[in-house]
Amino acid sequence: MFDYSTLKIIWWLLVGVLLVGFAIMDGHDMGVGTLLPFVGRNDLERRVVINTVGPHWDGNQVWFITGGGAIFAAWPLVYATAFSGFYWAMLVVLWALFFRPVGFDYRSKIHNATWRSTWDWGLFIGGSVPPLIFGVAFGNLLQGVPFQFDLYMVSTYTGSFWQLLNPFALLAGVVSSAMITLQGGAYLAHRTEGIIQERTIRAATGAALLMVLAFVGAGFWLQGIDGYRIASVISTNALPDPIAKTVVREAGAWMVNYGKQPLLWLLPALGIGGALLSALLLRLRWTLSGFVASSLAVLGVIGTAGASMFPFVMPSSSMLAASLTVWDSVSSHLTLGIMFWATMLFMPLIILYTSWAYSVMRGKVTAAYIRENDHAAY
Amino acid sequence: MISEQLVDLSRLQFAATALYHFLFVPLTIGMVWMLVIMESVYLMTGNVIWKDMTRFWGKLFGINFALGVTTGITLEFQFGTNWAYYSHYVGDIFGAPLAIEGLMAFFLESTMIGLFFFGWDRLSKPQHLLVTLLMAVGTNLSALWILIANGWMQNPVGAEFSYQTMRMEMTDFWAVLFNPDAQAKFVHTVSAGYATGAMFVLSISSWYLLKKRDVEFAKRSFRVAAAFGLASVLSVIVLGDESGYTVGEAQQTKLAAMEAMWETKPAPAGLTLVASINEVEQKNNWEIEIPWVMGVIGTRSLSKEIPGIHEIKAKNRERIVRGIIAVNALEALRTNRQDAVAKQVFEEHKTDLGFGLLLKKYVVDVNTATPEIIERAVNDTVPRVTPMFWAFRLMVSLGFSMLLLFGLAFWSTLKSACMGKPWLLKVALWMLPAPWLACELGWFVAEYGRQPWTIYGVLPTHLSVSTLSVNSLYGSLAGFIGFYTVLLVVEMFLMVKFARMGPGSLGTGRYVNEPQFHA
Repeated sequence: MFDYSTLKIIWWLLVGVLLVGFAIMDGHDMGVGTLLPFVGRNDLERRVVINTVGPHWDGNQVWFITGGGAIFAAWPLVYATAFSGFYWAMLVVLWALFFRPVGFDYRSKIHNATWRSTWDWGLFIGGSVPPLIFGVAFGNLLQGVPFQFDLYMVSTYTGSFWQLLNPFALLAGVVSSAMITLQGGAYLAHRTEGIIQERTIRAATGAALLMVLAFVGAGFWLQGIDGYRIASVISTNALPDPIAKTVVREAGAWMVNYGKQPLLWLLPALGIGGALLSALLLRLRWTLSGFVASSLAVLGVIGTAGASMFPFVMPSSSMLAASLTVWDSVSSHLTLGIMFWATMLFMPLIILYTSWAYSVMRGKVTAAYIRENDHAAY
Repeated sequence: MISEQLVDLSRLQFAATALYHFLFVPLTIGMVWMLVIMESVYLMTGNVIWKDMTRFWGKLFGINFALGVTTGITLEFQFGTNWAYYSHYVGDIFGAPLAIEGLMAFFLESTMIGLFFFGWDRLSKPQHLLVTLLMAVGTNLSALWILIANGWMQNPVGAEFSYQTMRMEMTDFWAVLFNPDAQAKFVHTVSAGYATGAMFVLSISSWYLLKKRDVEFAKRSFRVAAAFGLASVLSVIVLGDESGYTVGEAQQTKLAAMEAMWETKPAPAGLTLVASINEVEQKNNWEIEIPWVMGVIGTRSLSKEIPGIHEIKAKNRERIVRGIIAVNALEALRTNRQDAVAKQVFEEHKTDLGFGLLLKKYVVDVNTATPEIIERAVNDTVPRVTPMFWAFRLMVSLGFSMLLLFGLAFWSTLKSACMGKPWLLKVALWMLPAPWLACELGWFVAEYGRQPWTIYGVLPTHLSVSTLSVNSLYGSLAGFIGFYTVLLVVEMFLMVKFARMGPGSLGTGRYVNEPQFHA
């Protein structure tokens, strides 16, 4: 139905959609986890906070799992190279995520202050560590990652975990953390009232300002960083063969797409504008609009990074030709087609029943609700 | 060359985390249907005890589910982190069912589980039952897609190797989907899950009955578990995945190893009950055999032969020799994609490429493989017989003892006599670990039995790993052991606590052991 090169572009967009979906949906749960110990000052307040996401975190986490699965299916080389190369970073994300299912489900089953506060900090780790690491990972992708392929396409990563924690990547980590905190704050403000809501809005405002500052800073920094450019003629319809092309590294390469296509500037504008607007709307107590605005900011920020790197997905700093791009790190034509239709079929259904679940559980979560549902609520 | 230690540690980590994950999955798969049954009865009769049953068993289900989710993410991550070459080599086929599992099944299951717990007061009775039902459907579809992926590892149909991309590529999605191996596995595995769920409810209900507390609640739970368990365990045994063992060479090799069949026997082969296995001389010192049975089970016929280990190895020796030619042609093609001679040689020999790659465990250049090395590679193609033979027998014995227990339990509930037979209740209580042990053994037989391959005949295990340092593996393995030990302790603590507390933990005021605390 679609030719190979069209499907390759579609899958770049779909992976983007899944990442944005993950950051909006699982992101707000993670943001709530990040804010939990600070906006909830006693057990009852914390239970209110946790129960705003109680019925939904599990479904939302599947955005993450499906995103991983989709990258596995559509970009197997990216999945293989990134996950094994970022070995320790991935394990830290994984172990941080361990705290969430058990934290949510087990925390309130025992009436013991130490037990509960331990899980609260577990939920904080599970909410704050993954976005930080994902931001750092993006920061590294923008600089290129040291890996190479041999004749058999076995990838070898030659960097270390500590190299990932360079200044630019850490700044990208700040953007990501602040963005997710804002996203969680906007959601939490919508589902709570009174003192918890007030604290949340204050925190969300701070997160929005921090995000904008770090994002703009990273944007300026990026212009001085060596980007990557394909120097050979590439046949977009060809079978994926990453080592067949020639790639060069040069300053300003990441800005080329914006020069060619000025409309792309809307993406960073959306990132900045969405965050500031969200903070404003939250202060006006237009919380649902505030959540929509922060979700748009998420789209803007992730879109900005994607658009400046296109067609690169994972550039290699040590074997330039091995850089993974949307043209040569993908699955076969058949698999991309099948996965496209599977996504088209199921994504609307997922959105439909997720919306239904949110509408069933709509309304403010209050202290009275927790008291009435002491045995059933988290 | 890839260090053997790295391969062993990667395998150990995968085995440990997969076996651990599989402690929670079967219970989820089985219990979810029992929740559907209980809630259906509640909807039909309006008797609130059935609602309490759904909620109480649901609470225990939730404690188990949390760890199932936690440990499931590990497995998805691990293909990328520790089996990068595998992910590249077969991601085109293997990734698709995993992604579809997320889209079609896991989203549904995970969204509905939230409403299952939090929606009791916000949904009408039929709506809530629908939620429970969709949660069950999601859970089972999830198992289906995972087993389609796993079935493809055992019997890699619908795919072909491409030298340009240096990987397997899908050629026929429907063949992958309707892989007979995957279908047999699905039925066998979910039935085993149902039996696990039934045993869990049966054992804990028996304990309440022995203590003579919450009797009405426990009796009904016992009855549901006995009926559901009997049907499930019959399905595990009758539709056992031995019917799948005739499909493909991987399964034939597995069958020969788990039956300790060194020689091809005249059809229909006998079933070996016990044997004294001599791995060194590759024979059984003695064996006790029931004539005919194996042939009938394994081939569903009286005339088809089941190949023995020696015959399988002889075939594999030839394939390895042809595989050397395939590897050489491939390496020439990778250096020069236009090499027409190499291309022709490769196309003629590529079905044996995987067998040639087996030699890479011992030599970098397959041309340097001496006859001794080829012999070692040939011996590698069949897994060790002793663990396969006994693991399988233990699994089957556990299956039959559960059949006996569920049969007796069902019979006694028909006569409404389960209160009168404390010995049966005690046996039911002590049999609690049986289905878990059987499930883990089943996983072992399936996965250890496929060695030395990750994808049978296509990709050897030792080539599948990520090129990590051995120290990284020691570090991550230590981390997993630490986290998983703590998680297991916490989970068991809560599970035992709430099982002991019983339905009183719901705080409805209708049961003993009502909690005294307040928020």
